[in-house]
Amino acid sequence: MQRTGMLREDGIHVDMDHLKKGEVNLGTSIMAINFRDGVILGADSRTTTGAYIANRVTDKLTQVHDTIWCCRSGSAADTQAVADIVQYYLGMYGTTNNEAPTTQTAAALFQEICYENKDQLSAGMIIAGYDHRHGGQVYSIPLGGSLHKQSYAIGGSGSTYIYGYCDANWREEMTQEEGIDFVKGSLQEAIKWDGSSGGVIRMVVLTAKGAQRHLYLPDTGYKGPGEQ
Amino acid sequence: MAVSCTREVLLEELREAAVDVEARVAALQVEAWTRSSLQPRGGISRELCYDLSNSVFSPDGRNFQVEYAVKAVENGGTAIGIRCKDGVVLALEKLVSSKLLKPGANKRIATIDRNMGVVSAGLLPDGRHFTSRARDEAAQWRRMYKAPIPTSSLADRMGSYIQAYTLYNSVRPFGVTCIIAGWDSEAELAVDGQVGSGPTVGAGGKVDKMKHGGPFLYMIEPSGSYWGYYGAATGKGRQSAKSELEKLNLTEGTLSLEEGVKEAARIIYIAHEDSKDKDFELEMTWVSSLDGPTKGRHEEVPKKIREEAERLAKKALEDDDEEEEAKAEGGERMEE
Repeated sequence: MQRTGMLREDGIHVDMDHLKKGEVNLGTSIMAINFRDGVILGADSRTTTGAYIANRVTDKLTQVHDTIWCCRSGSAADTQAVADIVQYYLGMYGTTNNEAPTTQTAAALFQEICYENKDQLSAGMIIAGYDHRHGGQVYSIPLGGSLHKQSYAIGGSGSTYIYGYCDANWREEMTQEEGIDFVKGSLQEAIKWDGSSGGVIRMVVLTAKGAQRHLYLPDTGYKGPGEQ
Repeated sequence: MAVSCTREVLLEELREAAVDVEARVAALQVEAWTRSSLQPRGGISRELCYDLSNSVFSPDGRNFQVEYAVKAVENGGTAIGIRCKDGVVLALEKLVSSKLLKPGANKRIATIDRNMGVVSAGLLPDGRHFTSRARDEAAQWRRMYKAPIPTSSLADRMGSYIQAYTLYNSVRPFGVTCIIAGWDSEAELAVDGQVGSGPTVGAGGKVDKMKHGGPFLYMIEPSGSYWGYYGAATGKGRQSAKSELEKLNLTEGTLSLEEGVKEAARIIYIAHEDSKDKDFELEMTWVSSLDGPTKGRHEEVPKKIREEAERLAKKALEDDDEEEEAKAEGGERMEE
Protein backbone atom coordinates (compact mmCIF):
# COMPACT_ATOMS: atom_id res chain seq x y z
CA MET A 1 0.00 0.00 0.00
CA GLN A 2 1.35 3.37 -1.04
CA ARG A 3 1.31 5.77 1.87
CA THR A 4 1.64 9.49 1.81
CA GLY A 5 3.11 10.61 5.07
CA MET A 6 1.03 9.67 8.05
CA LEU A 7 -2.31 9.78 6.27
CA ARG A 8 -3.95 6.50 5.21
CA GLU A 9 -5.11 6.29 1.61
CA ASP A 10 -8.61 7.50 2.50
CA GLY A 11 -6.93 10.78 3.36
CA ILE A 12 -8.70 10.98 6.70
CA HIS A 13 -7.32 8.40 9.09
CA VAL A 14 -3.91 9.01 10.57
CA ASP A 15 -1.52 6.09 10.67
CA MET A 16 -0.75 5.70 14.35
CA ASP A 17 1.67 2.86 13.60
CA HIS A 18 4.10 5.09 11.75
CA LEU A 19 7.31 4.46 13.66
CA LYS A 20 10.00 2.36 12.04
CA LYS A 21 10.98 -0.93 13.69
CA GLY A 22 13.08 -0.12 16.75
CA GLU A 23 12.55 3.65 16.43
CA VAL A 24 12.56 5.45 19.73
CA ASN A 25 9.21 6.96 20.59
CA LEU A 26 8.39 9.62 23.12
CA GLY A 27 5.08 8.00 24.19
CA THR A 28 4.61 11.04 26.19
CA SER A 29 2.74 13.41 28.43
CA ILE A 30 3.74 17.03 27.91
CA MET A 31 2.14 20.37 28.68
CA ALA A 32 2.79 24.08 29.03
CA ILE A 33 0.69 26.70 30.79
CA ASN A 34 0.46 30.45 31.18
CA PHE A 35 0.46 31.76 34.72
CA ARG A 36 0.63 35.15 36.40
CA ASP A 37 4.37 35.74 35.94
CA GLY A 38 5.12 33.75 32.78
CA VAL A 39 4.90 30.16 31.64
CA ILE A 40 5.51 26.68 33.03
CA LEU A 41 6.47 23.70 30.87
CA GLY A 42 6.07 20.16 32.15
CA ALA A 43 6.80 16.64 30.95
CA ASP A 44 7.11 13.05 32.06
CA SER A 45 10.41 11.25 31.41
CA ARG A 46 9.60 7.97 29.67
CA THR A 47 11.13 6.99 26.31
CA THR A 48 10.03 3.70 24.76
CA THR A 49 10.99 1.38 21.93
CA GLY A 50 7.83 -0.66 21.69
CA ALA A 51 7.19 -2.12 25.15
CA TYR A 52 10.75 -1.52 26.35
CA ILE A 53 11.54 1.60 28.36
CA ALA A 54 14.69 2.90 26.65
CA ASN A 55 15.13 5.76 29.11
CA ARG A 56 13.24 6.41 32.34
CA VAL A 57 14.77 9.83 33.08
CA THR A 58 14.49 11.50 29.67
CA ASP A 59 14.54 15.28 29.38
CA LYS A 60 11.77 16.24 26.97
CA LEU A 61 12.00 19.95 27.81
CA THR A 62 14.47 21.49 25.39
CA GLN A 63 15.89 24.99 25.43
CA VAL A 64 16.02 26.75 22.04
CA HIS A 65 16.85 30.24 23.35
CA ASP A 66 17.42 31.96 26.73
CA THR A 67 13.75 32.00 27.71
CA ILE A 68 12.19 30.04 24.85
CA TRP A 69 11.76 26.32 25.43
CA CYS A 70 9.81 23.48 23.86
CA CYS A 71 8.19 20.22 24.92
CA ARG A 72 8.85 17.37 22.48
CA SER A 73 6.53 14.47 21.65
CA GLY A 74 6.62 11.89 18.86
CA SER A 75 9.84 10.53 17.41
CA ALA A 76 12.82 11.37 19.63
CA ALA A 77 15.14 11.69 16.63
CA ASP A 78 12.77 13.93 14.65
CA THR A 79 11.96 16.29 17.52
CA GLN A 80 15.59 16.59 18.57
CA ALA A 81 16.58 17.43 14.99
CA VAL A 82 13.83 20.04 14.66
CA ALA A 83 14.72 21.61 18.04
CA ASP A 84 18.41 21.71 17.05
CA ILE A 85 17.62 23.50 13.79
CA VAL A 86 15.37 26.04 15.51
CA GLN A 87 17.98 26.59 18.23
CA TYR A 88 20.53 27.38 15.53
CA TYR A 89 18.18 29.81 13.74
CA LEU A 90 17.23 31.61 16.95
CA GLY A 91 20.89 31.95 17.89
CA MET A 92 21.60 33.48 14.49
CA TYR A 93 18.59 35.77 14.84
CA GLY A 94 19.78 37.00 18.22
CA THR A 95 23.29 37.83 17.04
CA THR A 96 22.45 39.33 13.64
CA ASN A 97 19.60 41.54 14.86
CA ASN A 98 21.06 42.55 18.25
CA GLU A 99 17.75 41.62 19.79
CA ALA A 100 16.53 38.40 21.37
CA PRO A 101 13.96 36.54 19.28
CA THR A 102 10.39 36.48 20.58
CA THR A 103 8.34 33.38 21.26
CA GLN A 104 6.45 34.22 18.05
CA THR A 105 9.65 33.96 16.05
CA ALA A 106 10.40 30.56 17.55
CA ALA A 107 6.85 29.35 16.96
CA ALA A 108 6.99 30.53 13.33
CA LEU A 109 10.25 28.64 12.72
CA PHE A 110 8.98 25.46 14.40
CA GLN A 111 5.77 25.60 12.39
CA GLU A 112 7.53 26.12 9.07
CA ILE A 113 9.75 23.08 9.61
CA CYS A 114 6.93 20.89 10.93
CA TYR A 115 4.55 21.88 8.13
CA GLU A 116 6.96 21.73 5.19
CA ASN A 117 8.24 18.30 6.30
CA LYS A 118 4.97 16.91 7.61
CA ASP A 119 5.27 13.80 5.41
CA GLN A 120 8.59 12.75 6.92
CA LEU A 121 8.19 13.93 10.49
CA SER A 122 6.36 12.63 13.50
CA ALA A 123 6.75 15.56 15.82
CA GLY A 124 4.17 17.11 18.12
CA MET A 125 5.64 20.18 19.79
CA ILE A 126 4.56 22.69 22.39
CA ILE A 127 6.52 25.95 22.35
CA ALA A 128 6.52 28.19 25.40
CA GLY A 129 8.54 31.28 26.04
CA TYR A 130 8.82 34.47 28.00
CA ASP A 131 9.91 37.94 26.91
CA HIS A 132 9.47 41.37 28.50
CA ARG A 133 7.30 42.67 25.69
CA HIS A 134 4.79 39.84 25.34
CA GLY A 135 5.07 38.13 28.71
CA GLY A 136 4.56 34.36 28.72
CA GLN A 137 3.16 32.65 25.63
CA VAL A 138 2.21 29.09 24.78
CA TYR A 139 1.95 27.73 21.24
CA SER A 140 0.99 24.23 20.20
CA ILE A 141 2.08 22.62 16.92
CA PRO A 142 0.35 19.25 16.50
CA LEU A 143 1.17 16.60 13.89
CA GLY A 144 0.04 18.38 10.67
CA GLY A 145 2.07 21.51 11.38
CA SER A 146 -0.69 23.96 12.29
CA LEU A 147 0.02 26.68 14.86
CA HIS A 148 -2.26 27.38 17.81
CA LYS A 149 -1.82 30.04 20.46
CA GLN A 150 -3.35 28.78 23.68
CA SER A 151 -3.71 29.62 27.37
CA TYR A 152 -2.34 26.18 28.06
CA ALA A 153 -1.50 23.21 25.86
CA ILE A 154 -1.28 19.48 26.47
CA GLY A 155 0.25 16.91 24.16
CA GLY A 156 1.55 13.37 23.70
CA SER A 157 -0.24 10.06 24.13
CA GLY A 158 -0.88 10.69 27.83
CA SER A 159 -2.70 13.95 27.17
CA THR A 160 -5.83 12.11 26.00
CA TYR A 161 -6.47 11.00 29.59
CA ILE A 162 -6.30 14.47 31.13
CA TYR A 163 -8.49 16.69 28.93
CA GLY A 164 -11.25 16.47 31.54
CA TYR A 165 -8.89 17.02 34.47
CA CYS A 166 -7.31 20.08 32.85
CA ASP A 167 -10.63 21.56 31.78
CA ALA A 168 -12.03 21.18 35.28
CA ASN A 169 -8.99 22.53 37.10
CA TRP A 170 -7.69 25.26 34.74
CA ARG A 171 -7.81 28.84 35.92
CA GLU A 172 -6.23 31.85 34.35
CA GLU A 173 -3.70 33.94 36.28
CA MET A 174 -2.64 31.25 38.70
CA THR A 175 0.29 31.92 41.01
CA GLN A 176 3.52 30.02 40.40
CA GLU A 177 2.70 27.58 43.19
CA GLU A 178 -0.80 26.98 41.85
CA GLY A 179 0.59 26.59 38.34
CA ILE A 180 3.11 24.00 39.44
CA ASP A 181 0.39 22.10 41.31
CA PHE A 182 -1.82 22.18 38.20
CA VAL A 183 0.93 20.86 35.94
CA LYS A 184 2.01 18.26 38.47
CA GLY A 185 -1.55 17.08 39.11
CA SER A 186 -2.29 16.79 35.41
CA LEU A 187 0.91 14.92 34.58
CA GLN A 188 0.42 12.59 37.55
CA GLU A 189 -2.95 11.59 36.12
CA ALA A 190 -1.48 11.16 32.65
CA ILE A 191 1.32 8.98 34.00
CA LYS A 192 -1.19 6.95 36.02
CA TRP A 193 -3.40 6.12 33.03
CA ASP A 194 -1.01 6.14 30.08
CA GLY A 195 1.24 3.08 29.80
CA SER A 196 3.79 4.87 27.69
CA SER A 197 4.19 7.79 30.10
CA GLY A 198 6.07 7.54 33.38
CA GLY A 199 9.19 8.18 35.38
CA VAL A 200 9.86 11.58 36.90
CA ILE A 201 8.07 14.89 36.26
CA ARG A 202 10.27 17.65 34.91
CA MET A 203 9.26 21.29 34.76
CA VAL A 204 10.72 24.56 33.58
CA VAL A 205 9.42 27.89 34.92
CA LEU A 206 10.02 30.85 32.58
CA THR A 207 9.64 34.36 34.06
CA ALA A 208 11.37 37.75 34.01
CA LYS A 209 13.97 36.14 36.27
CA GLY A 210 14.90 33.61 33.57
CA ALA A 211 14.56 29.83 33.38
CA GLN A 212 14.20 27.66 36.48
CA ARG A 213 14.13 23.85 36.41
CA HIS A 214 12.03 21.70 38.73
CA LEU A 215 12.15 17.96 39.37
CA TYR A 216 9.58 15.71 41.05
CA LEU A 217 10.36 12.05 41.75
CA PRO A 218 7.77 9.23 41.84
CA ASP A 219 9.23 7.52 44.96
CA THR A 220 8.05 10.39 47.19
CA GLY A 221 4.71 10.69 45.39
CA TYR A 222 6.08 13.49 43.18
CA LYS A 223 6.55 15.74 46.24
CA GLY A 224 10.13 16.73 45.61
CA PRO A 225 12.88 17.69 45.41
CA GLY A 226 11.37 20.59 43.41
CA GLU A 227 13.43 23.57 42.33
CA GLN A 228 16.84 22.54 41.01
CA MET B 1 16.94 80.58 -31.03
CA ALA B 2 16.86 79.02 -27.63
CA VAL B 3 16.97 75.56 -29.17
CA SER B 4 20.03 76.30 -31.27
CA CYS B 5 21.68 77.83 -28.24
CA THR B 6 21.27 74.70 -26.16
CA ARG B 7 22.43 72.60 -29.10
CA GLU B 8 25.56 74.68 -29.40
CA VAL B 9 26.18 74.45 -25.70
CA LEU B 10 25.70 70.71 -25.87
CA LEU B 11 28.06 70.34 -28.81
CA GLU B 12 30.64 72.40 -26.99
CA GLU B 13 30.28 70.19 -23.95
CA LEU B 14 30.60 67.08 -26.07
CA ARG B 15 33.75 68.43 -27.71
CA GLU B 16 35.20 69.13 -24.29
CA ALA B 17 34.27 65.65 -23.10
CA ALA B 18 35.91 64.11 -26.17
CA VAL B 19 39.09 66.03 -25.50
CA ASP B 20 38.91 64.82 -21.92
CA VAL B 21 38.58 61.18 -23.01
CA GLU B 22 41.44 61.57 -25.48
CA ALA B 23 43.62 63.03 -22.80
CA ARG B 24 42.80 60.17 -20.50
CA VAL B 25 43.50 57.51 -23.13
CA ALA B 26 46.78 59.18 -23.95
CA ALA B 27 47.68 59.30 -20.29
CA LEU B 28 46.89 55.60 -19.92
CA GLN B 29 49.07 54.77 -22.91
CA VAL B 30 51.92 56.70 -21.40
CA GLU B 31 51.26 54.91 -18.12
CA ALA B 32 51.34 51.50 -19.78
CA TRP B 33 54.51 52.41 -21.60
CA THR B 34 56.14 53.66 -18.41
CA ARG B 35 55.30 50.43 -16.64
CA SER B 36 56.43 48.13 -19.45
CA SER B 37 59.78 49.87 -19.71
CA LEU B 38 60.12 49.89 -15.90
CA GLN B 39 60.61 53.59 -15.96
CA PRO B 40 59.76 55.53 -12.82
CA ARG B 41 56.48 57.30 -13.32
CA GLY B 42 56.61 61.00 -13.59
CA GLY B 43 54.25 63.75 -14.47
CA ILE B 44 51.16 61.51 -14.72
CA SER B 45 48.30 62.10 -12.32
CA ARG B 46 48.55 59.30 -9.79
CA GLU B 47 44.79 59.18 -9.21
CA LEU B 48 43.97 58.53 -12.81
CA CYS B 49 44.84 54.85 -12.74
CA TYR B 50 42.69 54.14 -9.71
CA ASP B 51 39.34 55.44 -10.87
CA LEU B 52 38.62 52.99 -13.67
CA SER B 53 37.75 49.98 -11.61
CA ASN B 54 35.72 49.21 -8.56
CA SER B 55 37.38 47.16 -5.87
CA VAL B 56 40.68 49.00 -6.32
CA PHE B 57 41.85 51.46 -3.69
CA SER B 58 43.93 54.50 -4.52
CA PRO B 59 47.17 54.75 -2.51
CA ASP B 60 45.54 57.18 -0.10
CA GLY B 61 42.70 54.74 0.58
CA ARG B 62 39.90 56.05 -1.60
CA ASN B 63 37.55 54.24 -3.92
CA PHE B 64 36.93 56.67 -6.75
CA GLN B 65 34.02 54.79 -8.30
CA VAL B 66 32.08 55.18 -5.07
CA GLU B 67 32.90 58.89 -4.99
CA TYR B 68 31.66 59.29 -8.56
CA ALA B 69 28.45 57.52 -7.55
CA VAL B 70 28.02 60.13 -4.83
CA LYS B 71 28.36 62.79 -7.53
CA ALA B 72 25.50 61.14 -9.43
CA VAL B 73 23.39 61.41 -6.29
CA GLU B 74 24.23 65.07 -5.88
CA ASN B 75 22.62 65.81 -9.26
CA GLY B 76 19.30 64.18 -8.33
CA GLY B 77 16.21 65.96 -7.06
CA THR B 78 16.24 66.62 -3.31
CA ALA B 79 14.77 63.92 -1.09
CA ILE B 80 14.20 64.28 2.65
CA GLY B 81 12.82 62.32 5.57
CA ILE B 82 11.66 63.62 8.94
CA ARG B 83 11.23 61.43 12.00
CA CYS B 84 8.42 62.90 14.10
CA LYS B 85 7.16 61.69 17.45
CA ASP B 86 4.15 59.87 16.00
CA GLY B 87 5.34 58.99 12.50
CA VAL B 88 7.74 59.62 9.65
CA VAL B 89 7.40 61.79 6.53
CA LEU B 90 9.18 61.31 3.23
CA ALA B 91 9.24 64.13 0.69
CA LEU B 92 10.75 64.43 -2.74
CA GLU B 93 11.42 67.25 -5.18
CA LYS B 94 10.53 65.37 -8.35
CA LEU B 95 12.04 67.30 -11.24
CA VAL B 96 9.76 67.18 -14.26
CA SER B 97 11.92 66.56 -17.32
CA SER B 98 9.18 67.12 -19.89
CA LYS B 99 5.90 68.98 -20.14
CA LEU B 100 4.49 65.88 -21.83
CA LEU B 101 4.71 63.81 -18.65
CA LYS B 102 1.40 63.30 -16.91
CA PRO B 103 1.25 65.37 -13.72
CA GLY B 104 1.04 63.25 -10.58
CA ALA B 105 2.02 60.06 -12.41
CA ASN B 106 5.41 58.31 -12.29
CA LYS B 107 5.57 58.08 -8.52
CA ARG B 108 9.07 57.90 -7.06
CA ILE B 109 8.44 57.09 -3.39
CA ALA B 110 7.80 53.37 -3.05
CA THR B 111 6.25 51.13 -0.42
CA ILE B 112 8.47 48.24 0.73
CA ASP B 113 6.20 46.52 3.23
CA ARG B 114 2.90 47.78 4.56
CA ASN B 115 4.65 49.80 7.25
CA MET B 116 7.65 51.00 5.33
CA GLY B 117 8.58 53.32 2.45
CA VAL B 118 11.67 54.38 0.56
CA VAL B 119 12.67 57.44 -1.44
CA SER B 120 15.86 57.76 -3.46
CA ALA B 121 17.90 60.53 -5.03
CA GLY B 122 20.17 59.88 -7.99
CA LEU B 123 19.83 57.52 -10.93
CA LEU B 124 16.19 56.53 -11.28
CA PRO B 125 16.67 52.94 -12.48
CA ASP B 126 19.13 52.29 -9.65
CA GLY B 127 16.52 53.53 -7.21
CA ARG B 128 13.94 51.18 -8.69
CA HIS B 129 16.29 48.24 -8.43
CA PHE B 130 16.95 49.16 -4.80
CA THR B 131 13.21 49.23 -4.15
CA SER B 132 12.74 45.87 -5.80
CA ARG B 133 15.48 44.30 -3.71
CA ALA B 134 14.14 45.87 -0.52
CA ARG B 135 10.71 44.37 -1.26
CA ASP B 136 12.32 40.98 -1.79
CA GLU B 137 14.13 41.27 1.53
CA ALA B 138 10.93 42.24 3.34
CA ALA B 139 9.01 39.37 1.72
CA GLN B 140 11.78 36.89 2.50
CA TRP B 141 11.72 37.99 6.15
CA ARG B 142 7.97 37.49 6.26
CA ARG B 143 8.25 34.01 4.77
CA MET B 144 10.87 33.05 7.31
CA TYR B 145 9.61 34.68 10.52
CA LYS B 146 5.92 35.21 9.64
CA ALA B 147 6.15 38.80 10.84
CA PRO B 148 7.04 42.19 9.30
CA ILE B 149 10.74 43.06 9.06
CA PRO B 150 11.94 45.70 11.56
CA THR B 151 13.10 48.90 9.84
CA SER B 152 16.57 48.53 11.35
CA SER B 153 16.96 45.02 9.91
CA LEU B 154 15.86 46.15 6.46
CA ALA B 155 18.35 49.03 6.56
CA ASP B 156 21.05 46.58 7.63
CA ARG B 157 20.30 44.12 4.85
CA MET B 158 20.09 46.82 2.19
CA GLY B 159 23.31 48.36 3.47
CA SER B 160 25.06 45.03 2.96
CA TYR B 161 23.54 44.71 -0.50
CA ILE B 162 24.70 48.17 -1.60
CA GLN B 163 28.15 47.59 -0.14
CA ALA B 164 28.60 44.41 -2.19
CA TYR B 165 28.42 46.57 -5.32
CA THR B 166 31.61 48.36 -4.30
CA LEU B 167 33.63 45.15 -4.14
CA TYR B 168 33.70 43.73 -7.66
CA ASN B 169 35.06 45.23 -10.84
CA SER B 170 32.31 43.64 -12.95
CA VAL B 171 29.70 45.93 -11.39
CA ARG B 172 29.37 49.61 -10.53
CA PRO B 173 28.17 51.07 -7.25
CA PHE B 174 24.58 52.26 -6.88
CA GLY B 175 24.08 55.82 -8.10
CA VAL B 176 21.52 56.48 -5.40
CA THR B 177 21.23 57.46 -1.78
CA CYS B 178 18.07 56.03 -0.30
CA ILE B 179 16.02 57.14 2.69
CA ILE B 180 13.97 54.45 4.42
CA ALA B 181 11.04 55.36 6.66
CA GLY B 182 9.15 52.84 8.75
CA TRP B 183 6.85 52.41 11.69
CA ASP B 184 7.56 49.25 13.68
CA SER B 185 4.29 48.24 15.29
CA GLU B 186 3.91 49.18 18.95
CA ALA B 187 1.21 46.50 19.28
CA GLU B 188 1.78 42.80 19.78
CA LEU B 189 1.62 41.09 16.41
CA ALA B 190 0.32 37.56 15.96
CA VAL B 191 2.37 35.08 13.96
CA ASP B 192 1.05 35.15 10.36
CA GLY B 193 -1.46 32.32 10.03
CA GLN B 194 -1.66 31.51 13.73
CA VAL B 195 -4.92 30.19 15.20
CA GLY B 196 -6.12 31.21 18.67
CA SER B 197 -5.10 34.08 20.92
CA GLY B 198 -3.96 32.67 24.26
CA PRO B 199 -5.39 33.59 27.67
CA THR B 200 -8.34 35.99 27.68
CA VAL B 201 -6.78 37.89 30.57
CA GLY B 202 -3.62 38.40 28.49
CA ALA B 203 -0.16 37.02 28.98
CA GLY B 204 1.36 37.02 32.46
CA GLY B 205 4.67 38.58 33.43
CA LYS B 206 4.66 41.45 30.95
CA VAL B 207 6.93 44.34 31.87
CA ASP B 208 4.73 47.41 31.55
CA LYS B 209 5.70 50.91 30.50
CA MET B 210 8.42 49.60 28.20
CA LYS B 211 8.22 51.20 24.79
CA HIS B 212 8.31 48.98 21.73
CA GLY B 213 8.31 49.82 18.04
CA GLY B 214 7.88 53.40 16.89
CA PRO B 215 9.12 55.64 14.04
CA PHE B 216 12.40 54.89 12.29
CA LEU B 217 14.41 56.66 9.62
CA TYR B 218 17.56 55.44 7.89
CA MET B 219 19.65 56.72 4.99
CA ILE B 220 21.91 54.46 2.90
CA GLU B 221 24.74 55.90 0.79
CA PRO B 222 26.37 54.45 -2.36
CA SER B 223 29.23 53.09 -0.22
CA GLY B 224 26.72 50.94 1.66
CA SER B 225 27.15 52.79 4.92
CA TYR B 226 23.90 53.70 6.66
CA TRP B 227 22.86 55.66 9.72
CA GLY B 228 19.70 56.22 11.67
CA TYR B 229 18.51 59.84 11.50
CA TYR B 230 16.06 62.27 13.04
CA GLY B 231 16.09 64.18 9.75
CA ALA B 232 17.75 63.06 6.54
CA ALA B 233 18.37 64.89 3.27
CA THR B 234 20.05 63.99 0.01
CA GLY B 235 20.17 65.15 -3.60
CA LYS B 236 20.90 68.52 -5.13
CA GLY B 237 19.41 70.74 -2.44
CA ARG B 238 20.61 68.69 0.54
CA GLN B 239 22.71 71.50 2.05
CA SER B 240 19.88 73.97 2.48
CA ALA B 241 17.53 71.12 3.42
CA LYS B 242 19.90 69.93 6.13
CA SER B 243 20.27 73.37 7.66
CA GLU B 244 16.47 73.70 7.71
CA LEU B 245 16.13 70.26 9.30
CA GLU B 246 18.60 71.22 11.99
CA LYS B 247 16.45 74.22 12.91
CA LEU B 248 13.51 71.89 13.68
CA ASN B 249 15.18 70.49 16.86
CA LEU B 250 14.05 66.99 15.93
CA THR B 251 16.13 65.38 18.69
CA GLU B 252 13.66 66.73 21.24
CA GLY B 253 11.03 64.43 19.74
CA THR B 254 8.24 66.99 20.03
CA LEU B 255 7.42 67.61 16.36
CA SER B 256 4.10 66.03 15.45
CA LEU B 257 3.50 64.24 12.17
CA GLU B 258 1.05 66.91 11.01
CA GLU B 259 3.64 69.66 11.57
CA GLY B 260 6.26 67.39 10.02
CA VAL B 261 4.32 67.22 6.76
CA LYS B 262 4.17 71.02 6.56
CA GLU B 263 7.87 71.35 7.38
CA ALA B 264 8.77 68.72 4.79
CA ALA B 265 6.89 70.59 2.07
CA ARG B 266 8.47 73.88 3.10
CA ILE B 267 11.98 72.38 3.10
CA ILE B 268 11.54 70.88 -0.37
CA TYR B 269 10.37 74.29 -1.65
CA ILE B 270 13.41 75.95 -0.05
CA ALA B 271 15.73 73.30 -1.49
CA HIS B 272 14.23 73.96 -4.91
CA GLU B 273 15.15 77.67 -4.75
CA ASP B 274 18.60 76.95 -6.25
CA SER B 275 17.14 75.28 -9.34
CA LYS B 276 14.16 77.58 -9.72
CA ASP B 277 14.22 77.43 -13.53
CA LYS B 278 13.19 73.75 -13.50
CA ASP B 279 9.63 72.54 -12.97
CA PHE B 280 9.03 70.15 -10.10
CA GLU B 281 6.32 68.22 -8.32
CA LEU B 282 6.24 67.67 -4.58
CA GLU B 283 5.76 64.02 -3.70
CA MET B 284 5.06 63.17 -0.06
CA THR B 285 4.30 59.99 1.85
CA TRP B 286 3.96 59.26 5.54
CA VAL B 287 3.66 56.44 8.01
CA SER B 288 2.06 56.97 11.41
CA SER B 289 1.39 55.07 14.62
CA LEU B 290 -1.53 52.63 14.77
CA ASP B 291 -3.83 55.33 16.17
CA GLY B 292 -2.51 57.97 13.76
CA PRO B 293 -3.85 58.97 10.33
CA THR B 294 -2.30 56.03 8.43
CA LYS B 295 -2.87 53.37 11.13
CA GLY B 296 0.70 52.11 10.93
CA ARG B 297 0.79 51.94 7.13
CA HIS B 298 2.99 53.74 4.64
CA GLU B 299 0.78 55.84 2.39
CA GLU B 300 0.78 58.86 0.16
CA VAL B 301 -0.10 62.06 2.01
CA PRO B 302 -3.73 62.86 1.02
CA LYS B 303 -4.02 65.46 -1.73
CA LYS B 304 -5.87 67.95 0.48
CA ILE B 305 -3.21 67.91 3.20
CA ARG B 306 -0.38 68.05 0.66
CA GLU B 307 -1.88 71.02 -1.16
CA GLU B 308 -2.40 72.87 2.09
CA ALA B 309 1.23 72.19 3.02
CA GLU B 310 2.35 73.44 -0.39
CA ARG B 311 0.28 76.61 0.00
CA LEU B 312 1.91 77.29 3.35
CA ALA B 313 5.35 76.49 1.91
CA LYS B 314 4.90 79.00 -0.92
CA LYS B 315 3.59 81.59 1.52
CA ALA B 316 6.60 81.08 3.81
CA LEU B 317 8.93 81.60 0.86
CA GLU B 318 7.15 84.79 -0.21
CA ASP B 319 7.23 86.11 3.36
CA ASP B 320 10.96 85.46 3.47
CA ASP B 321 11.44 87.35 0.22
CA GLU B 322 9.41 90.29 1.46
CA GLU B 323 11.38 90.34 4.68
CA GLU B 324 14.63 90.44 2.78
CA GLU B 325 13.34 93.17 0.52
CA ALA B 326 12.18 95.15 3.52
CA LYS B 327 15.57 94.71 5.09
CA ALA B 328 17.29 95.82 1.91
CA GLU B 329 15.02 98.84 1.64
CA GLY B 330 15.53 99.58 5.31
CA GLY B 331 19.23 99.49 4.69
CA GLU B 332 18.93 102.00 1.88
CA ARG B 333 16.90 104.28 4.09
CA MET B 334 19.56 104.13 6.75
CA GLU B 335 22.07 105.30 4.24
CA GLU B 336 20.04 108.36 3.29
